[in-house]
Amino acid sequence: MIVQGLTGAAGTFHAKQMREYGTPVLGGVTPGKGGAVHEGFPVFDTVAQAVAKTGANTSVIFVPPPGGADAILEAAYAGIELIVCITEGIPVLDMVRAKRALAGLPCRLVGPNCPGVITPGAAKLGIMPGYIHQPGAIGIVSRSGTLTYEAAFQITQLGLGQSTAVGIGGDPVKGMDFIDCLALFEADPQTKAVLLIGEIGGTSEEEAAAFIKAEMKKPVAAFVAGLTAPPGRRMGHAGAIVSGGKGLAADKIAALRAAGIAIAPTPADLGKTVAELIT
Amino acid sequence: MKIHEYQAKQLLGNHGLPVPFGIPVLSPDGLERAVEQVMQESQADTVVVKAQIHAGGRGKGGGVKVVKGLEAARQAASQILGKLLVTHQTGPEGRLVRRLLIEQGVSIARELYLGVLVDRASSRVIVMTSAAGGMEIEEVAARTPEAILKEYVDPALGLALFQARRLSYALGLGGTAARNATAFLHKLYHAFVALDASLVEVNPLVVTSEGHVLALDCKMTFDDNALDRHPEVAALRDLDEEDPIEIEARAHDLNFIKLDGNIGCMVNGAGLAMATMDIIKHFGGSPANFLDVGGGASKEKVTAAFKILTADPAVRAIFVNIFGGIMKCDIIAGGVVAAVAEIGLRVPLVVRLAGTNVELGAKILAESGLPIATASDMAEGARKAVELAAGKGN
Repeated sequence: MIVQGLTGAAGTFHAKQMREYGTPVLGGVTPGKGGAVHEGFPVFDTVAQAVAKTGANTSVIFVPPPGGADAILEAAYAGIELIVCITEGIPVLDMVRAKRALAGLPCRLVGPNCPGVITPGAAKLGIMPGYIHQPGAIGIVSRSGTLTYEAAFQITQLGLGQSTAVGIGGDPVKGMDFIDCLALFEADPQTKAVLLIGEIGGTSEEEAAAFIKAEMKKPVAAFVAGLTAPPGRRMGHAGAIVSGGKGLAADKIAALRAAGIAIAPTPADLGKTVAELIT
Repeated sequence: MKIHEYQAKQLLGNHGLPVPFGIPVLSPDGLERAVEQVMQESQADTVVVKAQIHAGGRGKGGGVKVVKGLEAARQAASQILGKLLVTHQTGPEGRLVRRLLIEQGVSIARELYLGVLVDRASSRVIVMTSAAGGMEIEEVAARTPEAILKEYVDPALGLALFQARRLSYALGLGGTAARNATAFLHKLYHAFVALDASLVEVNPLVVTSEGHVLALDCKMTFDDNALDRHPEVAALRDLDEEDPIEIEARAHDLNFIKLDGNIGCMVNGAGLAMATMDIIKHFGGSPANFLDVGGGASKEKVTAAFKILTADPAVRAIFVNIFGGIMKCDIIAGGVVAAVAEIGLRVPLVVRLAGTNVELGAKILAESGLPIATASDMAEGARKAVELAAGKGN
């Protein structure tokens, strides 16, 4: 894999962290710094050059928000198959255009504004602390970063582990959604149960509930943050807002419960609720 | 970011969209000249005096008055300007009216609803219209969802003219009015994209008896993430319409929202911050705020956050809930200790630390000698904070 925005502060720090975790970081991209070696990583001017030289098929993006959508498209057009965009604060209309341009290209996008993806013991593509995870059978998919850490940590403390944890991010227009990840977990032989962490805003949790009911055999537990969030206020994430009476946590929980999904009563019960499904 | 109606109409005008002639009044001194100018421009003595606040429902709340002549306008203005306006969106405490818009009267044949927004489910911009103008769109959506017409816009093409025509004719317009409405929709989509808006509502969009189509009201919200590339829009921010504590928080790059409870919360990460509010409620307490200090907060930022929490007189206890990832627990602990050393601690403080450098953080708290209650998980922390805020426990 490669890191776009390698030579920036966040890119440098996390490229090193990912390498330490055992992820094969083959190099990075910073326009204008091609040919340099940064912290032991070869630097390229373009993603196409990096792909040609290293054979990378995955990219993790740390570029500043004004260039975020462009970085995603550069990766996609260079043939990158898995794009993980960590950058927070990309203008939403940039993402509307980028998503339109990605349609039909053979790549998956995770994020933006997300912690990334980790398969414990194998690879870390993102900014999550590696040591709170351990290999196991529970898949996590979440719209929130630190709440994903909380969930992974609780699962690890119970002596269980994670097959893969995916933070899909808190933006209204993004790459993979709950359903895309749930389908992958359903097909993944490592995964025995899934924990879904939602939050206020949009209807992704309701769509996930319908998908789980219709398409999944593996058990799913869920938590939705924001029961106490006031309407009309954006709760940190650009996508976390109750507006026009839509996106309420209570409606999402009701939809998930109606689909037979176990609901964690509090965020302190994330691990316990999903563990009970497989023990 | 939200702006006032008169600012939104100026932006519409800049993009070639028809709006009634109007002049904003920012102090009582400017009233007379504004009224006279509007009457002269419209060749009529009917003027509309409109309160400018960042909340809807102004008409029903008494913030919009249609009057004839200067004297009546003066009287209407004196009843609105400098007074509290209560609408269903302001809450019972109301909002102080500091600005007015003086506008020409318009002869209305039809009132329509028009909204442009980013639709997350389709990842597209959608243009929505309804024949039920003047009504809250949520109300229409709930009662008669089939009355709302939608066009999904392909960002590569923009709103195609045929889509704009389809909406106009579906609204039952014909002749000049249909042509004008089509042009309006087309230009409005362009303005939406050019300005990086996240929501534009024209409610009502009016059709006059002569077939003119114009924006009688307009609400605009902008994508905060895109304001850097629109300094002319960013300059329209009215700090009087925002909570002073939230302004202070933003200056420190903190994500803060005031709530009406009594337990101050300091958390890293938006999802965890919301979940912390939820668990406080679960144990019978009530959060005083949402506060996300972000992923890479410095000691100074944590200190600033702590000061903001303790400055709220409603706060009876503080719960710091941190899951250190990139954010290290010792930085949080150091920031909290520094803040307490500087401003003291007038309410009980509960701290839960987990993750990166948790031992180091715990050590800093213990060695500070401050009366800090610690918790090993967020349930214990929330329970303690709720008890302490209620005056129980220790």
